[in-house]
Amino acid sequence: MKYIDEYRNKGMVQYYAGQIKNISTKHIRLMEVCGGHTMSIQKFGLPYLLPETIELVSGPGCPVCVTSREYIDRAVAYSRRDDVIITTYGDLIRVPGSTSTLEKEKASGADIRIVYSILDAMLIAKKNRRKKVVFLGIGFETTAPSSAAGIIKAQTAALNNFLVYSAHKVMPPAMETLIDEGVNIDGYIGPGHVSTITGQGIYMNIPKKYNMGVVISGFEPVDLMQSIYMLVQQIEDNDPKVEIQYTRVVKPEGNIIAQQMLDEVFEYRDDWWRGLGILKNSGLKINKKYESYDAEKMIEVEVEPTIEPKGCICGLILKGEKKPKDCGLFGSTCTPSDPVGACMVSSEGACQAYYLYNR
Amino acid sequence: MTTTTTMTTIITLTTMNSKTEKILLGHGSGGKLSHELIDTLFARHFKNPILDQQSDSAIIPLVGSHMAYTTDSFVVDPLFFPGGNIGNLAVAGTVNDLAVSGAKPLYLSVGFIIEEGFSYSELEKIVISMAEDAKSAGVTIVTGDTKVVDKGKCDKVFINTSGIGVLNKIHTEISSGSKIKPGDKIIINGSIGDHGMSVMAARNELNIKTHITSDCACLNQLIADTLKISNNIKFMRDATRGGLGTVLSEIVTGSDYGIQVEEDNLVIHENVRGLCELLGFDPLYVANEGKVVLVVGREDADTVLDKIKESPFGKEASIIGEISEIHKGMAWLNTNVGGKRVIEMLSGQQLPRIC
Repeated sequence: MKYIDEYRNKGMVQYYAGQIKNISTKHIRLMEVCGGHTMSIQKFGLPYLLPETIELVSGPGCPVCVTSREYIDRAVAYSRRDDVIITTYGDLIRVPGSTSTLEKEKASGADIRIVYSILDAMLIAKKNRRKKVVFLGIGFETTAPSSAAGIIKAQTAALNNFLVYSAHKVMPPAMETLIDEGVNIDGYIGPGHVSTITGQGIYMNIPKKYNMGVVISGFEPVDLMQSIYMLVQQIEDNDPKVEIQYTRVVKPEGNIIAQQMLDEVFEYRDDWWRGLGILKNSGLKINKKYESYDAEKMIEVEVEPTIEPKGCICGLILKGEKKPKDCGLFGSTCTPSDPVGACMVSSEGACQAYYLYNR
Repeated sequence: MTTTTTMTTIITLTTMNSKTEKILLGHGSGGKLSHELIDTLFARHFKNPILDQQSDSAIIPLVGSHMAYTTDSFVVDPLFFPGGNIGNLAVAGTVNDLAVSGAKPLYLSVGFIIEEGFSYSELEKIVISMAEDAKSAGVTIVTGDTKVVDKGKCDKVFINTSGIGVLNKIHTEISSGSKIKPGDKIIINGSIGDHGMSVMAARNELNIKTHITSDCACLNQLIADTLKISNNIKFMRDATRGGLGTVLSEIVTGSDYGIQVEEDNLVIHENVRGLCELLGFDPLYVANEGKVVLVVGREDADTVLDKIKESPFGKEASIIGEISEIHKGMAWLNTNVGGKRVIEMLSGQQLPRIC
C-alpha cells in the first residue's frame, strides 16, 4: 500500500532501533499521549525493539477513556426517549455507564445507530425529521472540528432536528497537569492527529516551563521509532524542544480553517477527566450562537446518579502511574468482551491494547 | 417445501411471474401456495432421487463407521455481495464444517425463513447458487423446510443448513487436534479477510466502492486431496467468523504448547488491507468463507503445501508458522517490522451479520 508500506519498512525500523541503542544511556520513560500511538506500538510489537533503558507509558489521549460515566448516563437517558435517535461512533456503544450501556439500551429497543462520520448522522436527521437526532461528539481537537463543521452545515441547511452532545476536550491542559502532578516521565510522544489541527504552538509551554521535550509523531512503526530516537537524542543532549516528526501531515501552524470552525462553534469550559479530575478550560461546549444544536440545552432528561466501578484503576493508567497489568481486574473481571473500565472498551484504550497484543 | 417434509419433484405450471412476484405468507402455509413454491423452485433446482421420495424424512443409506453431523445458520447482510450470496455461504459453510472435521460431506438439509414480500426472483437466484454449489461439491440436498414470517419479523431471508458426512476412523482425531505437538507446521490455503471486507464494502451505508471479492468456496475437494497424500494432518478448522486470529488462539488455549506466526508469511490482498486500514479492522480477525487452517507434521508440511497449491482455492497457500515449545497456551505473531505481539481471541463482535 503506497504511503503505508514505506512507513512499515523493516529496514528503517531496525535502523532506528540500532540508532536508539547506540545513543541511549539514561533510563527514561516516554509517554505516548495518544491512544492511537499506544495501539500502534503494541500492534507492531515495538517495545521488543527498544533497549531496557527506554520505557513507554500510555497517556490520557484516548477520548473514550477519559470521558465521564455521567456522559454515558446522560446519553443513555436521551436514548430512552421515544423522540430521540442516538448516532455514535462504534467505540462508545459498549462503554459502561453507571447501570447501563448504549448497547444494552439498543437491545432493549432504543434507536441507536453506529456511524462512521457526522455526515452519516446528519443524513439520518434529514430522513427522520420528526425525531431529534443526537450525535455523540467525542474526541479531542482531532474530531471536534468535524462536529463544528456539522453544526455549521446543519444551520445552513436548516436541519433543526440535528443535535450534538459534546464531550469534546482539548489536549494541552491534560499534558501540563500530568507534569504538575509529578508523574514520572521524561518526554512526550506528541499526538499526531491533534497537532494536525492545532499545529505545534500549543506545546511550546512544555519545554519552556517544564524542561521537557515533545516530538509530534505519526502512527506507523517507522514514525514512532524515529520519534523515540528524536526524543532520546533531546534527552541525552539535554536540549528539550518541540519537534515535528510527522511532517508529511502536521504543519507548524496547523489547520487554520479547522481552528476557525472550532472558534466559531465552541467555547472552553472546565471539564472532568478520568484520572485527572476537573481541568480548567479543557472541555469544548457549544456556544450561545449555536445552542439550538446543543443536546444538553435542548433536551431535558433526568440522569441517574453516577456510580464509579470498584477496583478499576483506569485513572492511574491514564496518568501513566500504573500499567494495565498492575490492575487486579485486568484480564480476569475486566476483558474487552466484558469490560469494567473504558480503557478496556476503546480501541485506543491502553488496557485493550495490552490485552490484545501484550499480555 | 412444507414443514419438515421432503420436497416433491412434481413440476407444475404456475401463475407466478418470477420477475415481479413477491413471497406471500401463504407460501409458508403448507397449502397450495407452498406446494407451488416447492414445485417451481426448490424441487426443480435441488432435484435428486432422495428428495424425490416425498417422505417426511429423507431416507439415506448408512455408509462407513463414523459420521460427522453439523448445522449452521446464515443471516448475512446484504444477501448478495461480490463473490457470492447467502446461498453460496449456506452450502459452503456446512460443507466446510464437515470437511475440516476430516469427513466427506454427503447430505444437506436446507431451512428457509423468508420475510413476507421478499422477491421471488432473488430467492430463485439464491436457490440456483445453492444447487450449483451442492452439485460441484458432490453433496445432495435431501430435505428442507420453508417458513414465511410477517414483514419486518425477519430481514429478507435467513437460511439454516445441516450436513452429514462420513469419515474414516483414522481421521476422527483431526477435529480435536489431540495429536498436535511442537514442531508441527501451520498452513493456510490463501489470503485472509476477503469475505468480511467484501460484505462490509457491499453494505450501502458505507458508500465504499472496491473490487474485493469474497473467498466463499467449498473446500471439501481440496481437503480430500490433502488427506489422501498425508496421514500427518493433525488438525483443521475453517477460519470463518473471528478470522485466522481466533482459530490460532483456539488451537493453543489450554494447551501445553504455543504458536509462533510470521506476519511476513500472511497473504492479505492490497484492497483488503486498504479497507481494513480505513475502517480500523485487523485482517487477522476478519471473516473468511473459503479458508482452512491446517496443523501438519513437520515432515509432511511441504508436500501438503504443494498439494493445496494445486487446488484453485489454494493458489496462495503458505506455511504461516509453527507449534512451539515456548509461549505455552499463547499464539505469538512476529510482526513484519521485527517486533512481537500476542494474538488474542476476537472479543465482542467485530462485524455483525457477516455470514
